[in-house]
Amino acid sequence: MSFLTVQNLYKSFGGNRAVDDVSFALAKGELLALIGPNGAGKSTCFNMLYGILAPDKGSVCLDGRELIGMKPRDIWRLGVGRTFQITAVYASMSVVENVQMALISHHRKTFSAFTRAARLYRDDAMALLNLIGMKDQADRAANILAYGDLKRLELAVAMAHDPALLLMDEPTAGMAPGERRALMKLTADIVAERGVSVLFTEHDMDVVFENAHRVLVLNRGQLLAEGSVDDVRANPAVQEVYLGGGTTFGGDGDHA
Amino acid sequence: MLEISNIHTFYGGAHILHGVSLRVEAGEVVSLLGRNGAGKTTTIKSAIGLVRPRDGRITFDGTETTSWASHRICHLGLGYVPEERRIFSDLTVMENLEVGRRPARDDIPAWTTDTLFELFPNLAERRYNLGGHLSGGEQQMLTIARTLMGNPKLILLDEPSEGIAPVIIEKMAEVIAEFKAAGLTVLLSEQNLHFAKLVSDKAYIIESGEMRYEGTIAELEANSEVREKYLAV
Amino acid sequence: MAFYFAQLLTGMANASALFLVASGLSIIFGVTRVVNFSHGSLYMLGAYIAYSSMTVLPGIIGFWASILVAGLAVGLIGMIIEVCVLKPIYKAPELFQLVATFGVILVIQDMALLIWGPEDLFGQRAPGFEGVVEIFGERVPSYDLVLIVLAVVVLIGLWYLFTKTRVGILVRAATQDREMVSALGVNQSVLFSGVFFLGAFLAGIGGAAQLPKGSANLLMDFGILAPIFVVVVTGGMGSIWGAFVAAMLISVLQVYGIRFLPNSTLVLMFIVMAVVLVIRPWGLFGKPEAAGDHGSQGPPPKPFRQLDPSGRIIVAVIIAALTLVPLSGVNFLSVLFADIIIFCLFAASLHYILGVGGLVSFGHAAFYGGGAYVAALFVQYAGTPMELALMLAPLGAGFAALIIGWFCVRLTGVYFAMLTLACAQVLWSIVFQWDEVTGGDDGMLSIWPSAWASEPGVYYYLVLVLGVGGVLVLRAMAHTPFGYALRGTRDSALRTEAIGMNVKLIQWMAFVFAGAMAGLAGGLFVFAKGSVFPTEMEIATSFDALIMVFLGGVQSLTGPIAGASVFTLLQDWLSRFEYWRLLLGLLIIFIAILLPGGLAGAVDQVKALLGRAPKDEAAP
Repeated sequence: MSFLTVQNLYKSFGGNRAVDDVSFALAKGELLALIGPNGAGKSTCFNMLYGILAPDKGSVCLDGRELIGMKPRDIWRLGVGRTFQITAVYASMSVVENVQMALISHHRKTFSAFTRAARLYRDDAMALLNLIGMKDQADRAANILAYGDLKRLELAVAMAHDPALLLMDEPTAGMAPGERRALMKLTADIVAERGVSVLFTEHDMDVVFENAHRVLVLNRGQLLAEGSVDDVRANPAVQEVYLGGGTTFGGDGDHA
Repeated sequence: MLEISNIHTFYGGAHILHGVSLRVEAGEVVSLLGRNGAGKTTTIKSAIGLVRPRDGRITFDGTETTSWASHRICHLGLGYVPEERRIFSDLTVMENLEVGRRPARDDIPAWTTDTLFELFPNLAERRYNLGGHLSGGEQQMLTIARTLMGNPKLILLDEPSEGIAPVIIEKMAEVIAEFKAAGLTVLLSEQNLHFAKLVSDKAYIIESGEMRYEGTIAELEANSEVREKYLAV
Repeated sequence: MAFYFAQLLTGMANASALFLVASGLSIIFGVTRVVNFSHGSLYMLGAYIAYSSMTVLPGIIGFWASILVAGLAVGLIGMIIEVCVLKPIYKAPELFQLVATFGVILVIQDMALLIWGPEDLFGQRAPGFEGVVEIFGERVPSYDLVLIVLAVVVLIGLWYLFTKTRVGILVRAATQDREMVSALGVNQSVLFSGVFFLGAFLAGIGGAAQLPKGSANLLMDFGILAPIFVVVVTGGMGSIWGAFVAAMLISVLQVYGIRFLPNSTLVLMFIVMAVVLVIRPWGLFGKPEAAGDHGSQGPPPKPFRQLDPSGRIIVAVIIAALTLVPLSGVNFLSVLFADIIIFCLFAASLHYILGVGGLVSFGHAAFYGGGAYVAALFVQYAGTPMELALMLAPLGAGFAALIIGWFCVRLTGVYFAMLTLACAQVLWSIVFQWDEVTGGDDGMLSIWPSAWASEPGVYYYLVLVLGVGGVLVLRAMAHTPFGYALRGTRDSALRTEAIGMNVKLIQWMAFVFAGAMAGLAGGLFVFAKGSVFPTEMEIATSFDALIMVFLGGVQSLTGPIAGASVFTLLQDWLSRFEYWRLLLGLLIIFIAILLPGGLAGAVDQVKALLGRAPKDEAAP
């Protein structure tokens, strides 16, 4: 039973077809990777799923509800979490406050004027930090975190309202190989434990091949291939437009 | 050709580089490896003068350039290709190249738009398009072409493989091989060891603002302990 | 028909100077990311210098050469400002540059007064263009045609410069990424100075060229500031074509507007801008601001912390000391300290949107003065008692903020700043022009407190309770979920929207809240003085508030209090000197260059030197 269904999505920018009839589905608890060359339409797709861009045509259904036409904040309320390629955290707040913010919004306390924010849902936030292994950094300022920790913090924020679907835009961009694997391992564990579905874009094929349950390949706005990791790796068309000769990433399990 | 000795660089109050040294000889391709935040970009930016080391010495081509303004270092023949590409998106491809144009040097053949379009045929087709309308891969090519217009003797490439498709990374490797054949010197910062192995002669590993390893790429390949320790691969 | 055509020409002639000055501002902003507030002053200098070279050096250089001389001289002055004032602080947060250029305004104002005196100076007419020409039977001053031609020539010249020359390409590239341009071998310093020269040159020409139509006077600097901001915002920041079209549109509509709705001049301008911005938020030819587009932001502030026990004791001691002031028996002290408390509240309310919310408002005086006028109007026309009027003041100001904020929060960064300034100017012009109701320039007099509070000592206690209470409410509101959400919109609007919060609604509500608190300060002010004048709403008052916040330090909740106190005392002391603006301006410039963290930052530095550095992650 698919949980997220994307049907016949179209989007043009000034005559240039950025996304051209893309359809796919995502099952509950599935980790689906969206890959493809730069400018293939991955970001456009992502932004349409999250209500940042309006498609010209098409439908995105989450658990039977149409998302097209909704604002990002309303999509979030339906249980969709999001992390960004360039981390978006609150630099002037502490780590735990970053998570508390998401909880405050989730419990609709944003406009509450008679409580102190620092006290609200602190325990829940600490539990989430515990999940990602950052409990000991709870009271540090977010702007002095190491890059890998920022990425983990984003994951905790995105998980705060217990989403059913997580959209991750290049989750490991800018990280060192070891950190990449650790972050994706963490994500995969959470997916397994909580039954969250994840859709992510990624350029690091090591990360994709190691973690994705299924892979979608976009090229020039169209779906070029779809299938298991092995299918996609062996697909000659994918090799030609995207993977190349395979000299720039490792083989299965071989990360030397 | 480029020698960085014992530089200390700060961002605001943060001490980023703790006495970093490295040498790049003429004609070499050298990789600077390390994880994010280790100090790769800061080292490169110190070399081109975008950040000023508080202590230490940088010499390029026999001239001390420590705390020179970027444009003067550029005039000496150091070319910089930034990590985020930093294309002028409101300018056409031709105008982007014009910004980078510098007079020819006596000792090396000058790059022209024609020779660059031969190297990057995609750009030739799109010469009157705005930089912002190019794909990520094309922008990567344009940022390199723009730097070449300054006829550099040494090119600094900051994370050239970050965020681009594997096929484009392979094209990058070819381009770097062509630079080497043309006698250009290259210093690149990288996280992708696969890519570094394809292109470079020598490698440095930086960690927490300090150099931890120096050796040929073959030595690094043989040394799994170092790879494990600093690159986690 | 002929009549309308003649009116059209008049409008286009009026647009000429506006276009020249606005395009200069736009070009400077594009490359250096500095909103040069002193651009109006450069325009004024253009007129004065042209006057001098026409009258003091008659015959030696003629009228036309004088215009060119004025342009070149102002260009040089612009370059000097760039080198001396801005060069040292390009890396500082953008507010520093704004405040520094405001210091330049003050300096130039007093220098002009010193050199040219307070009288309006009327220049000679353009030789050969003294008369009128008949167009379709309508008489049009021939000099108007000269001005139209000048604007078109400058437009074409700039277009050629920017698209066809290498220098122009470099300038456009630097507009996008100046650091990259310098890494590609372009001397950034020279480029910046050159751009400042060009921008100032255009302002100088603009000032000089309008001399035959008006005079050189000391009101020119602030006078043109709001119109050029409107033009730049309407046309689109950084677009020369936009500046041209918007200047034409606004000037022409104004000429027609005066015929049908006299007294509507600034309001009409505002309506044009509002319509354009609702349809195209980035102006006619503008582009959305990219993230991090507006200059250096400085390091992010530290997380808020509750005051530690020693801090609480200090606050308690200060409040206790304040309650003792009237006991001194010196009325002057009660009045002075009441002023200080009122300005603390005003500055703290601005800090709420500026420091906590990251929205730099240049028009906060609209709500301060607005609150003052609301209270005064109710007292005068409805016989409202003081107690009720003091409640109506924040409500009225909040209502104004509700309307103005609805437009303003659609924009961010510099656009937001300019729009708030323009809106404040509209309110100011309503108050200034609506003589029958507001008394215009003469203000409203005899607005005194109720009998029980008429003693300065007693009124002081009222100010103390409401003022300090207001400041504490503002502070508490920073710690509520709403305050956090507001800080969240500043840190990352993207993330805030992505966790289900409505960014614009939060900013709008914060704007209203800050406006209402400024209104309360205004209400307290009016009863303290017994009168109110349009000056309480003018640009200079908005800037005073900005300087207080900046002086105290933007990143600290205590900063604006310290800033307001020091600034009020300083102004009180400096105003004894004849050329106090000059001194204040120089002082502001020095502080911008030497004290990058404001007073609060300086205190931290001293503590650090004494080895008592505040803990790494906690802000006071």
